[in-house]
Amino acid sequence: MCSDPDTLSGLSWLLCYLTTVKHLSLYWALGTVLLLLAVTAPAALLFGFFGAVAARSHFPPLSWIGRGYIAIVRGVPDIAFFMFFVIALDQGIEWVRHQIKCPDWDLPIRQGSDFLVCPQAKMPLSTSPQWVHEVYGFWIAAFTFAIVFGAFAANVLYGAMRAVPHSQIETAEAYGMSRRQTFWRVLVPQMWVFALPGLSNLWMVLIKATPLLFLLGVKDIVYWARELGGTKTPQFTDYPHGDWRMWYFFGLLVFYLLFTRVSELALDRIMARLTRGQATMGGERQRKAAA
Amino acid sequence: MSCWETIADYALRSQGIGAKLLPRTDFTLCQQVTLIGSGMIWNIYFGVFSLVSGFLLATAVALGKASQTYWIRKPSEWFVFVFRGSPLFVQFFFAYFLFLTLKQSVPAMAPFTSAWLGALTVLFLNTAAYSAEIFYGALLSVPKGDTEAADSYGMSGWPRFRRIVWPTMLRLAWPAYTNEAIFLFHATTLVFFSGFPATGQQGDALYYASYFADKTFNPFVPYPILAGYFILLTLIIIGLFGLVNRGLNKHLPQDRRTRLRYRPLVIR
Repeated sequence: MCSDPDTLSGLSWLLCYLTTVKHLSLYWALGTVLLLLAVTAPAALLFGFFGAVAARSHFPPLSWIGRGYIAIVRGVPDIAFFMFFVIALDQGIEWVRHQIKCPDWDLPIRQGSDFLVCPQAKMPLSTSPQWVHEVYGFWIAAFTFAIVFGAFAANVLYGAMRAVPHSQIETAEAYGMSRRQTFWRVLVPQMWVFALPGLSNLWMVLIKATPLLFLLGVKDIVYWARELGGTKTPQFTDYPHGDWRMWYFFGLLVFYLLFTRVSELALDRIMARLTRGQATMGGERQRKAAA
Repeated sequence: MSCWETIADYALRSQGIGAKLLPRTDFTLCQQVTLIGSGMIWNIYFGVFSLVSGFLLATAVALGKASQTYWIRKPSEWFVFVFRGSPLFVQFFFAYFLFLTLKQSVPAMAPFTSAWLGALTVLFLNTAAYSAEIFYGALLSVPKGDTEAADSYGMSGWPRFRRIVWPTMLRLAWPAYTNEAIFLFHATTLVFFSGFPATGQQGDALYYASYFADKTFNPFVPYPILAGYFILLTLIIIGLFGLVNRGLNKHLPQDRRTRLRYRPLVIR
Protein backbone atom coordinates (compact mmCIF):
# COMPACT_ATOMS: atom_id res chain seq x y z
CA MET A 1 0.00 0.00 0.00
CA CYS A 2 2.80 2.37 0.85
CA SER A 3 4.87 1.52 -2.22
CA ASP A 4 3.85 4.63 -4.16
CA PRO A 5 3.39 7.56 -1.75
CA ASP A 6 2.73 10.10 -4.53
CA THR A 7 -0.67 8.62 -5.23
CA LEU A 8 -1.72 8.59 -1.60
CA SER A 9 -3.59 11.36 0.14
CA GLY A 10 -5.15 12.24 3.46
CA LEU A 11 -5.21 9.66 6.17
CA SER A 12 -3.55 6.84 4.23
CA TRP A 13 -0.65 9.15 3.36
CA LEU A 14 -0.27 10.00 7.03
CA LEU A 15 -0.41 6.36 8.05
CA CYS A 16 2.27 5.42 5.55
CA TYR A 17 4.31 8.45 6.56
CA LEU A 18 4.19 7.55 10.23
CA THR A 19 5.40 4.02 9.58
CA THR A 20 8.55 4.77 7.59
CA VAL A 21 11.79 3.19 8.77
CA LYS A 22 12.94 6.45 10.34
CA HIS A 23 9.74 6.79 12.31
CA LEU A 24 10.29 3.32 13.66
CA SER A 25 13.55 4.67 15.09
CA LEU A 26 11.54 7.36 16.82
CA TYR A 27 9.23 4.77 18.40
CA TRP A 28 12.28 2.73 19.30
CA ALA A 29 13.68 5.81 21.04
CA LEU A 30 10.46 6.07 23.06
CA GLY A 31 11.23 2.52 24.15
CA THR A 32 14.74 3.67 25.09
CA VAL A 33 13.22 6.26 27.41
CA LEU A 34 11.13 3.57 29.09
CA LEU A 35 14.17 1.31 29.33
CA LEU A 36 16.18 4.13 30.87
CA LEU A 37 13.47 4.65 33.47
CA ALA A 38 13.23 0.93 34.15
CA VAL A 39 16.99 0.69 34.69
CA THR A 40 17.54 3.97 36.48
CA ALA A 41 14.71 3.91 39.00
CA PRO A 42 15.76 0.71 40.84
CA ALA A 43 19.46 1.55 40.52
CA ALA A 44 18.92 5.04 41.94
CA LEU A 45 16.85 3.57 44.76
CA LEU A 46 19.69 1.18 45.55
CA PHE A 47 22.31 3.95 45.50
CA GLY A 48 19.99 6.08 47.58
CA PHE A 49 19.54 3.31 50.11
CA PHE A 50 23.27 2.82 50.50
CA GLY A 51 23.79 6.58 50.63
CA ALA A 52 21.22 6.97 53.38
CA VAL A 53 22.61 4.03 55.38
CA ALA A 54 26.11 5.44 55.03
CA ALA A 55 24.97 8.88 56.15
CA ARG A 56 23.37 7.33 59.24
CA SER A 57 26.44 5.29 60.07
CA HIS A 58 28.17 5.74 63.41
CA PHE A 59 31.54 5.32 61.74
CA PRO A 60 32.56 8.92 60.89
CA PRO A 61 34.36 8.45 57.53
CA LEU A 62 31.45 6.41 56.17
CA SER A 63 28.99 8.97 57.41
CA TRP A 64 30.99 11.76 55.77
CA ILE A 65 30.95 9.91 52.46
CA GLY A 66 27.19 9.47 52.69
CA ARG A 67 26.56 13.08 53.65
CA GLY A 68 28.99 14.36 51.07
CA TYR A 69 27.29 12.33 48.36
CA ILE A 70 23.92 13.81 49.29
CA ALA A 71 25.23 17.34 49.67
CA ILE A 72 27.34 17.49 46.55
CA VAL A 73 24.47 17.01 44.13
CA ARG A 74 22.55 19.88 45.74
CA GLY A 75 23.28 23.44 44.85
CA VAL A 76 24.60 22.65 41.39
CA PRO A 77 22.43 22.53 38.27
CA ASP A 78 21.84 18.91 37.46
CA ILE A 79 22.57 19.13 33.77
CA ALA A 80 26.01 20.40 34.67
CA PHE A 81 26.29 17.19 36.65
CA PHE A 82 25.10 15.07 33.78
CA MET A 83 27.53 16.63 31.37
CA PHE A 84 30.39 16.41 33.86
CA PHE A 85 29.77 12.81 34.88
CA VAL A 86 29.54 11.40 31.40
CA ILE A 87 32.98 12.67 30.44
CA ALA A 88 34.51 11.96 33.84
CA LEU A 89 33.13 8.43 33.90
CA ASP A 90 34.26 7.72 30.36
CA GLN A 91 37.77 8.96 31.09
CA GLY A 92 37.85 7.15 34.43
CA ILE A 93 37.04 3.80 32.81
CA GLU A 94 39.62 4.34 30.08
CA TRP A 95 42.22 5.37 32.64
CA VAL A 96 41.68 2.21 34.69
CA ARG A 97 41.81 0.01 31.58
CA HIS A 98 44.94 1.84 30.53
CA GLN A 99 46.64 1.08 33.85
CA ILE A 100 45.75 -2.59 33.55
CA LYS A 101 46.29 -3.25 29.86
CA CYS A 102 49.30 -1.08 29.06
CA PRO A 103 51.57 -0.94 32.11
CA ASP A 104 54.58 -0.19 29.85
CA TRP A 105 53.04 2.89 28.24
CA ASP A 106 55.39 5.77 29.08
CA LEU A 107 53.68 8.76 27.43
CA PRO A 108 51.60 10.98 29.72
CA ILE A 109 47.85 10.52 29.37
CA ARG A 110 47.00 14.21 29.52
CA GLN A 111 48.98 15.85 26.75
CA GLY A 112 48.03 19.50 26.78
CA SER A 113 44.38 19.41 25.91
CA ASP A 114 44.21 15.77 24.81
CA PHE A 115 43.26 12.70 26.73
CA LEU A 116 45.26 9.83 25.22
CA VAL A 117 45.24 6.23 26.34
CA CYS A 118 46.73 3.28 24.50
CA PRO A 119 44.51 1.90 21.71
CA GLN A 120 43.76 -1.34 23.58
CA ALA A 121 42.32 0.64 26.47
CA LYS A 122 39.82 2.60 24.35
CA MET A 123 36.26 2.03 25.46
CA PRO A 124 34.66 0.76 23.32
CA LEU A 125 37.49 -0.31 21.01
CA SER A 126 37.70 1.80 17.89
CA THR A 127 37.27 -1.37 15.84
CA SER A 128 33.91 -2.30 17.33
CA PRO A 129 30.74 -1.75 15.30
CA GLN A 130 28.50 1.27 15.61
CA TRP A 131 25.85 -0.39 17.76
CA VAL A 132 28.42 -1.19 20.46
CA HIS A 133 29.21 2.53 20.70
CA GLU A 134 25.53 3.36 21.01
CA VAL A 135 24.85 0.73 23.65
CA TYR A 136 27.91 1.83 25.60
CA GLY A 137 26.76 5.46 25.42
CA PHE A 138 23.36 4.47 26.71
CA TRP A 139 24.79 2.60 29.70
CA ILE A 140 27.11 5.42 30.62
CA ALA A 141 24.12 7.76 30.52
CA ALA A 142 21.97 5.38 32.56
CA PHE A 143 24.71 5.06 35.16
CA THR A 144 25.04 8.84 35.36
CA PHE A 145 21.30 9.21 35.86
CA ALA A 146 21.43 6.58 38.60
CA ILE A 147 24.26 8.34 40.44
CA VAL A 148 22.60 11.76 40.32
CA PHE A 149 19.14 10.51 41.20
CA GLY A 150 20.63 8.18 43.79
CA ALA A 151 21.75 11.26 45.71
CA PHE A 152 18.24 12.69 45.67
CA ALA A 153 16.80 9.32 46.70
CA ALA A 154 19.36 9.11 49.50
CA ASN A 155 18.16 12.47 50.73
CA VAL A 156 14.55 11.30 50.74
CA LEU A 157 15.30 7.95 52.40
CA TYR A 158 17.52 9.58 55.01
CA GLY A 159 14.63 11.82 55.97
CA ALA A 160 12.20 8.90 55.95
CA MET A 161 14.37 6.82 58.26
CA ARG A 162 14.39 9.66 60.73
CA ALA A 163 10.63 10.07 60.42
CA VAL A 164 9.85 6.59 61.73
CA PRO A 165 8.48 7.16 65.27
CA HIS A 166 11.25 6.70 67.76
CA SER A 167 9.06 4.65 70.09
CA GLN A 168 9.02 1.92 67.43
CA ILE A 169 12.80 1.63 67.63
CA GLU A 170 12.75 1.72 71.41
CA THR A 171 10.15 -1.02 71.50
CA ALA A 172 12.29 -3.16 69.23
CA GLU A 173 15.27 -2.63 71.50
CA ALA A 174 13.16 -3.47 74.54
CA TYR A 175 12.40 -6.80 72.90
CA GLY A 176 16.13 -7.41 72.77
CA MET A 177 16.64 -6.99 69.03
CA SER A 178 20.16 -6.15 67.90
CA ARG A 179 20.84 -2.99 65.91
CA ARG A 180 20.84 -4.97 62.68
CA GLN A 181 17.55 -6.68 63.49
CA THR A 182 15.95 -3.39 64.47
CA PHE A 183 17.08 -1.89 61.21
CA TRP A 184 15.81 -4.65 58.92
CA ARG A 185 12.67 -5.70 60.79
CA VAL A 186 11.36 -2.41 62.14
CA LEU A 187 12.92 0.58 60.47
CA VAL A 188 13.05 -0.50 56.83
CA PRO A 189 9.48 -1.86 56.58
CA GLN A 190 8.07 1.27 58.18
CA MET A 191 10.05 3.92 56.39
CA TRP A 192 8.45 3.48 52.97
CA VAL A 193 5.24 5.27 53.80
CA PHE A 194 7.27 8.30 54.84
CA ALA A 195 9.51 8.03 51.83
CA LEU A 196 6.80 7.60 49.22
CA PRO A 197 5.71 11.23 48.78
CA GLY A 198 9.34 12.19 48.22
CA LEU A 199 10.04 9.21 46.00
CA SER A 200 6.97 9.81 43.85
CA ASN A 201 8.05 13.38 43.39
CA LEU A 202 11.45 12.06 42.38
CA TRP A 203 9.87 9.68 39.89
CA MET A 204 8.02 12.58 38.25
CA VAL A 205 11.26 14.50 38.11
CA LEU A 206 13.03 11.49 36.64
CA ILE A 207 10.43 11.21 33.88
CA LYS A 208 10.93 14.85 33.10
CA ALA A 209 14.70 14.46 33.08
CA THR A 210 14.72 11.81 30.36
CA PRO A 211 14.91 14.26 27.44
CA LEU A 212 18.31 15.28 28.82
CA LEU A 213 19.60 12.03 27.30
CA PHE A 214 19.88 14.13 24.17
CA LEU A 215 22.59 16.22 25.80
CA LEU A 216 24.51 13.09 26.70
CA GLY A 217 24.86 12.18 23.05
CA VAL A 218 22.25 9.43 22.92
CA LYS A 219 20.01 9.41 19.84
CA ASP A 220 16.82 9.83 21.82
CA ILE A 221 13.35 11.15 21.08
CA VAL A 222 14.47 14.76 21.03
CA TYR A 223 17.10 13.89 18.43
CA TRP A 224 14.60 12.07 16.23
CA ALA A 225 11.91 14.72 16.63
CA ARG A 226 14.34 17.33 15.33
CA GLU A 227 15.58 15.04 12.62
CA LEU A 228 12.21 13.91 11.31
CA GLY A 229 10.41 17.21 11.74
CA GLY A 230 12.80 19.26 9.63
CA THR A 231 11.80 20.33 6.13
CA LYS A 232 12.05 17.48 3.62
CA THR A 233 12.38 18.13 -0.09
CA PRO A 234 11.19 15.66 -2.77
CA GLN A 235 14.76 14.86 -3.83
CA PHE A 236 15.54 13.10 -0.58
CA THR A 237 12.31 11.51 0.50
CA ASP A 238 9.07 10.09 -0.81
CA TYR A 239 7.18 12.08 1.78
CA PRO A 240 8.11 15.75 1.32
CA HIS A 241 6.80 18.19 3.90
CA GLY A 242 7.58 21.58 5.42
CA ASP A 243 8.98 22.34 8.84
CA TRP A 244 6.96 20.12 11.14
CA ARG A 245 9.26 20.18 14.13
CA MET A 246 6.68 22.12 16.10
CA TRP A 247 4.22 19.26 15.71
CA TYR A 248 6.76 16.63 16.64
CA PHE A 249 7.59 18.44 19.85
CA PHE A 250 3.91 18.92 20.48
CA GLY A 251 3.62 15.13 20.24
CA LEU A 252 6.43 14.72 22.74
CA LEU A 253 4.72 17.16 25.08
CA VAL A 254 1.53 15.10 24.93
CA PHE A 255 3.50 11.89 25.46
CA TYR A 256 5.05 13.26 28.64
CA LEU A 257 1.77 14.68 29.93
CA LEU A 258 0.07 11.31 29.49
CA PHE A 259 2.96 9.53 31.15
CA THR A 260 2.85 11.92 34.11
CA ARG A 261 -0.90 11.49 34.48
CA VAL A 262 -0.71 7.69 34.44
CA SER A 263 2.13 7.77 36.99
CA GLU A 264 0.11 10.05 39.26
CA LEU A 265 -2.80 7.64 39.27
CA ALA A 266 -0.55 4.62 39.89
CA LEU A 267 1.33 6.32 42.72
CA ASP A 268 -1.93 7.28 44.41
CA ARG A 269 -2.86 3.60 44.53
CA ILE A 270 0.54 2.58 45.91
CA MET A 271 0.23 5.26 48.58
CA ALA A 272 -3.18 3.96 49.58
CA ARG A 273 -1.76 0.44 49.85
CA LEU A 274 1.26 1.50 51.94
CA THR A 275 -0.84 3.64 54.26
CA ARG A 276 -2.92 0.63 55.32
CA GLY A 277 -2.42 -0.15 58.99
CA GLN A 278 0.11 2.65 59.57
CA ALA A 279 0.02 4.85 62.63
CA THR A 280 -0.39 8.00 60.57
CA MET A 281 -3.29 10.35 59.84
CA GLY A 282 -3.80 8.71 56.47
CA GLY A 283 -3.90 5.27 58.01
CA GLU A 284 -6.39 6.43 60.62
CA ARG A 285 -8.63 7.92 57.95
CA GLN A 286 -8.58 4.65 55.99
CA ARG A 287 -9.46 2.68 59.10
CA LYS A 288 -12.41 4.95 59.85
CA ALA A 289 -13.65 4.82 56.27
CA ALA A 290 -13.61 1.02 56.34
CA ALA A 291 -15.35 0.76 59.70
CA MET B 1 48.48 38.06 28.50
CA SER B 2 47.84 38.91 32.11
CA CYS B 3 44.70 38.03 33.93
CA TRP B 4 43.52 41.65 34.00
CA GLU B 5 43.65 41.82 30.22
CA THR B 6 41.67 38.60 30.04
CA ILE B 7 39.04 40.06 32.31
CA ALA B 8 38.87 43.21 30.20
CA ASP B 9 38.45 41.09 27.08
CA TYR B 10 36.00 38.51 28.29
CA ALA B 11 34.10 39.76 31.34
CA LEU B 12 31.24 40.99 29.16
CA ARG B 13 31.80 38.59 26.29
CA SER B 14 28.41 36.95 26.80
CA GLN B 15 26.80 40.30 25.95
CA GLY B 16 28.91 40.69 22.82
CA ILE B 17 31.25 43.27 24.38
CA GLY B 18 35.00 42.68 24.31
CA ALA B 19 37.11 40.25 22.30
CA LYS B 20 35.42 38.82 19.22
CA LEU B 21 36.89 35.34 19.27
CA LEU B 22 36.78 32.91 22.12
CA PRO B 23 40.14 31.54 23.26
CA ARG B 24 41.15 28.52 21.16
CA THR B 25 44.39 27.16 22.53
CA ASP B 26 46.41 27.37 25.73
CA PHE B 27 43.41 27.85 27.97
CA THR B 28 44.28 29.48 31.25
CA LEU B 29 42.36 29.14 34.46
CA CYS B 30 41.75 32.87 34.40
CA GLN B 31 40.07 32.63 31.00
CA GLN B 32 37.79 29.87 32.15
CA VAL B 33 36.77 31.65 35.34
CA THR B 34 36.16 34.94 33.52
CA LEU B 35 34.23 33.54 30.61
CA ILE B 36 32.04 31.25 32.67
CA GLY B 37 31.38 34.15 35.02
CA SER B 38 30.46 36.26 32.04
CA GLY B 39 27.91 33.63 31.06
CA MET B 40 26.33 33.91 34.49
CA ILE B 41 24.94 37.29 33.37
CA TRP B 42 22.48 35.39 31.19
CA ASN B 43 21.51 33.02 33.98
CA ILE B 44 20.83 35.93 36.31
CA TYR B 45 18.94 37.83 33.62
CA PHE B 46 16.64 34.88 32.86
CA GLY B 47 16.20 34.02 36.51
CA VAL B 48 15.41 37.49 37.83
CA PHE B 49 13.00 38.55 35.09
CA SER B 50 11.05 35.32 34.92
CA LEU B 51 10.84 35.12 38.70
CA VAL B 52 9.45 38.63 39.09
CA SER B 53 6.95 38.37 36.25
CA GLY B 54 6.09 34.76 37.14
CA PHE B 55 5.28 35.79 40.68
CA LEU B 56 2.37 37.96 39.55
CA LEU B 57 0.91 35.38 37.19
CA ALA B 58 1.39 32.67 39.83
CA THR B 59 -0.71 34.58 42.36
CA ALA B 60 -3.46 35.00 39.77
CA VAL B 61 -3.37 31.32 38.77
CA ALA B 62 -3.37 30.16 42.40
CA LEU B 63 -6.48 32.23 43.04
CA GLY B 64 -7.96 30.87 39.83
CA LYS B 65 -7.35 27.31 40.98
CA ALA B 66 -9.10 28.03 44.26
CA SER B 67 -11.99 29.73 42.50
CA GLN B 68 -15.56 28.41 42.74
CA THR B 69 -16.28 29.26 39.12
CA TYR B 70 -15.77 26.32 36.78
CA TRP B 71 -14.57 28.41 33.84
CA ILE B 72 -11.86 30.04 35.90
CA ARG B 73 -10.81 26.94 37.83
CA LYS B 74 -10.44 24.53 34.91
CA PRO B 75 -8.10 26.67 32.74
CA SER B 76 -5.94 27.36 35.79
CA GLU B 77 -5.72 23.66 36.59
CA TRP B 78 -4.82 22.84 33.01
CA PHE B 79 -2.20 25.56 32.87
CA VAL B 80 -0.50 24.16 35.96
CA PHE B 81 -0.79 20.57 34.75
CA VAL B 82 0.66 21.28 31.29
CA PHE B 83 3.69 23.16 32.56
CA ARG B 84 4.37 20.94 35.56
CA GLY B 85 3.65 17.68 33.79
CA SER B 86 6.06 18.01 30.91
CA PRO B 87 9.82 18.52 30.80
CA LEU B 88 11.04 22.08 30.57
CA PHE B 89 13.51 20.92 27.95
CA VAL B 90 10.71 19.81 25.60
CA GLN B 91 8.78 22.99 26.37
CA PHE B 92 11.76 25.02 25.21
CA PHE B 93 12.01 23.08 21.97
CA PHE B 94 8.29 23.26 21.30
CA ALA B 95 8.15 26.99 22.02
CA TYR B 96 11.15 27.69 19.81
CA PHE B 97 9.68 25.90 16.81
CA LEU B 98 6.26 27.36 17.51
CA PHE B 99 7.75 30.86 17.43
CA LEU B 100 9.64 30.01 14.25
CA THR B 101 6.39 28.94 12.57
CA LEU B 102 4.50 31.97 13.82
CA LYS B 103 7.24 34.27 12.61
CA GLN B 104 6.51 33.32 9.02
CA SER B 105 2.97 34.69 9.20
CA VAL B 106 3.49 37.40 11.83
CA PRO B 107 6.87 39.13 11.39
CA ALA B 108 6.41 40.89 14.73
CA MET B 109 7.06 37.52 16.39
CA ALA B 110 10.71 37.60 15.27
CA PRO B 111 12.18 38.63 18.66
CA PHE B 112 10.58 35.57 20.23
CA THR B 113 12.85 33.28 18.23
CA SER B 114 15.89 34.61 20.06
CA ALA B 115 16.69 33.51 23.57
CA TRP B 116 16.37 36.81 25.39
CA LEU B 117 12.62 36.97 24.79
CA GLY B 118 11.54 33.50 23.68
CA ALA B 119 13.27 31.51 26.40
CA LEU B 120 12.27 34.15 28.93
CA THR B 121 8.62 33.64 27.97
CA VAL B 122 8.87 29.89 28.49
CA LEU B 123 10.63 30.30 31.83
CA PHE B 124 8.05 32.88 32.88
CA LEU B 125 5.13 30.55 32.16
CA ASN B 126 6.95 27.58 33.66
CA THR B 127 7.85 29.22 36.94
CA ALA B 128 4.36 30.72 37.13
CA ALA B 129 2.90 27.21 37.00
CA TYR B 130 5.24 25.77 39.63
CA SER B 131 4.82 28.76 41.95
CA ALA B 132 1.05 28.74 41.43
CA GLU B 133 0.93 25.19 42.76
CA ILE B 134 2.95 26.27 45.82
CA PHE B 135 0.76 29.32 46.40
CA TYR B 136 -2.38 27.26 45.91
CA GLY B 137 -1.27 24.84 48.60
CA ALA B 138 -0.49 27.74 50.92
CA LEU B 139 -3.81 29.40 50.13
CA LEU B 140 -5.64 26.29 51.27
CA SER B 141 -3.75 26.26 54.56
CA VAL B 142 -4.49 29.86 55.50
CA PRO B 143 -6.01 29.43 59.00
CA LYS B 144 -9.78 29.68 59.10
CA GLY B 145 -9.54 31.96 62.14
CA ASP B 146 -7.74 34.62 60.10
CA THR B 147 -10.50 34.93 57.52
CA GLU B 148 -13.19 34.77 60.20
CA ALA B 149 -11.49 37.62 62.01
CA ALA B 150 -11.39 39.60 58.77
CA ASP B 151 -15.09 38.92 58.25
CA SER B 152 -15.96 40.12 61.72
CA TYR B 153 -14.08 43.35 61.09
CA GLY B 154 -16.29 43.84 58.07
CA MET B 155 -13.51 43.30 55.53
CA SER B 156 -14.33 41.73 52.23
CA GLY B 157 -13.13 41.50 48.65
CA TRP B 158 -9.89 43.21 47.79
CA PRO B 159 -8.96 44.63 51.25
CA ARG B 160 -9.51 41.22 52.81
CA PHE B 161 -7.28 39.56 50.25
CA ARG B 162 -4.64 42.28 50.27
CA ARG B 163 -4.33 42.62 54.03
CA ILE B 164 -5.20 39.20 55.45
CA VAL B 165 -5.11 36.31 52.98
CA TRP B 166 -2.21 37.33 50.78
CA PRO B 167 0.42 38.00 53.50
CA THR B 168 -0.40 34.73 55.25
CA MET B 169 -0.35 32.82 51.99
CA LEU B 170 3.06 34.26 51.15
CA ARG B 171 4.37 33.51 54.61
CA LEU B 172 3.30 29.88 54.42
CA ALA B 173 4.53 29.46 50.86
CA TRP B 174 7.84 31.25 51.29
CA PRO B 175 10.16 28.32 52.19
CA ALA B 176 8.88 26.28 49.25
CA TYR B 177 9.00 29.33 47.02
CA THR B 178 12.65 29.85 47.89
CA ASN B 179 13.45 26.38 46.58
CA GLU B 180 11.45 27.14 43.46
CA ALA B 181 13.57 30.25 42.92
CA ILE B 182 16.79 28.28 43.31
CA PHE B 183 15.64 25.68 40.82
CA LEU B 184 14.51 28.28 38.39
CA PHE B 185 18.04 29.64 38.33
CA HIS B 186 19.39 26.14 37.79
CA ALA B 187 16.90 25.59 34.99
CA THR B 188 18.15 28.64 33.13
CA THR B 189 21.20 26.59 32.13
CA LEU B 190 19.00 24.60 29.74
CA VAL B 191 18.21 27.57 27.49
CA PHE B 192 21.12 27.42 25.07
CA PHE B 193 20.97 23.63 24.77
CA SER B 194 17.39 23.59 23.63
CA GLY B 195 17.06 25.08 20.19
CA PHE B 196 17.47 28.72 21.08
CA PRO B 197 20.66 29.70 19.26
CA ALA B 198 23.56 31.40 21.02
CA THR B 199 24.29 34.01 18.35
CA GLY B 200 27.94 34.97 18.08
CA GLN B 201 28.82 32.48 20.81
CA GLN B 202 27.11 34.63 23.40
CA GLY B 203 25.84 32.01 25.78
CA ASP B 204 25.26 31.31 29.43
CA ALA B 205 27.61 29.84 32.02
CA LEU B 206 26.98 26.22 31.08
CA TYR B 207 27.43 27.04 27.41
CA TYR B 208 30.96 28.29 28.08
CA ALA B 209 31.72 25.50 30.55
CA SER B 210 30.84 22.87 27.96
CA TYR B 211 32.80 24.83 25.36
CA PHE B 212 35.91 24.51 27.51
CA ALA B 213 35.20 20.87 28.35
CA ASP B 214 34.86 20.08 24.64
CA LYS B 215 38.04 21.91 23.71
CA THR B 216 40.28 20.64 26.50
CA PHE B 217 38.77 17.16 26.97
CA ASN B 218 39.08 17.98 30.64
CA PRO B 219 35.80 18.32 32.53
CA PHE B 220 37.54 18.64 35.88
CA VAL B 221 38.22 22.36 35.58
CA PRO B 222 35.26 24.13 33.90
CA TYR B 223 32.43 22.25 35.62
CA PRO B 224 33.71 22.80 39.17
CA ILE B 225 34.09 26.49 38.31
CA LEU B 226 30.47 26.50 37.12
CA ALA B 227 29.45 24.65 40.28
CA GLY B 228 31.24 27.26 42.38
CA TYR B 229 29.37 30.10 40.70
CA PHE B 230 26.06 28.37 41.19
CA ILE B 231 26.69 27.58 44.84
CA LEU B 232 27.49 31.26 45.32
CA LEU B 233 24.30 32.26 43.50
CA THR B 234 22.29 29.80 45.60
CA LEU B 235 23.69 31.28 48.80
CA ILE B 236 22.80 34.80 47.64
CA ILE B 237 19.24 33.73 46.84
CA ILE B 238 18.87 32.04 50.20
CA GLY B 239 20.16 35.21 51.88
CA LEU B 240 17.80 37.54 50.02
CA PHE B 241 14.78 35.30 50.44
CA GLY B 242 15.70 34.88 54.10
CA LEU B 243 15.41 38.65 54.57
CA VAL B 244 11.94 38.64 53.02
CA ASN B 245 11.04 35.65 55.15
CA ARG B 246 12.01 37.58 58.26
CA GLY B 247 9.78 40.43 57.19
CA LEU B 248 6.85 38.11 56.55
CA ASN B 249 7.25 36.47 59.95
CA LYS B 250 8.01 39.47 62.11
CA HIS B 251 4.60 39.70 63.76
CA LEU B 252 4.82 36.13 65.07
CA PRO B 253 6.33 34.98 68.37
CA GLN B 254 9.82 33.50 67.93
CA ASP B 255 8.88 29.84 68.23
CA ARG B 256 6.11 29.97 65.63
CA ARG B 257 8.20 31.48 62.87
CA THR B 258 8.81 29.30 59.85
CA ARG B 259 12.46 28.83 59.10
CA LEU B 260 13.87 28.57 55.63
CA ARG B 261 15.19 25.15 54.88
CA TYR B 262 16.97 24.46 51.68
CA ARG B 263 15.29 21.31 50.41
CA PRO B 264 16.09 20.92 46.74
CA LEU B 265 13.68 19.06 44.53
CA VAL B 266 15.72 18.76 41.38
CA ILE B 267 14.95 19.35 37.74
CA ARG B 268 11.66 20.08 36.20
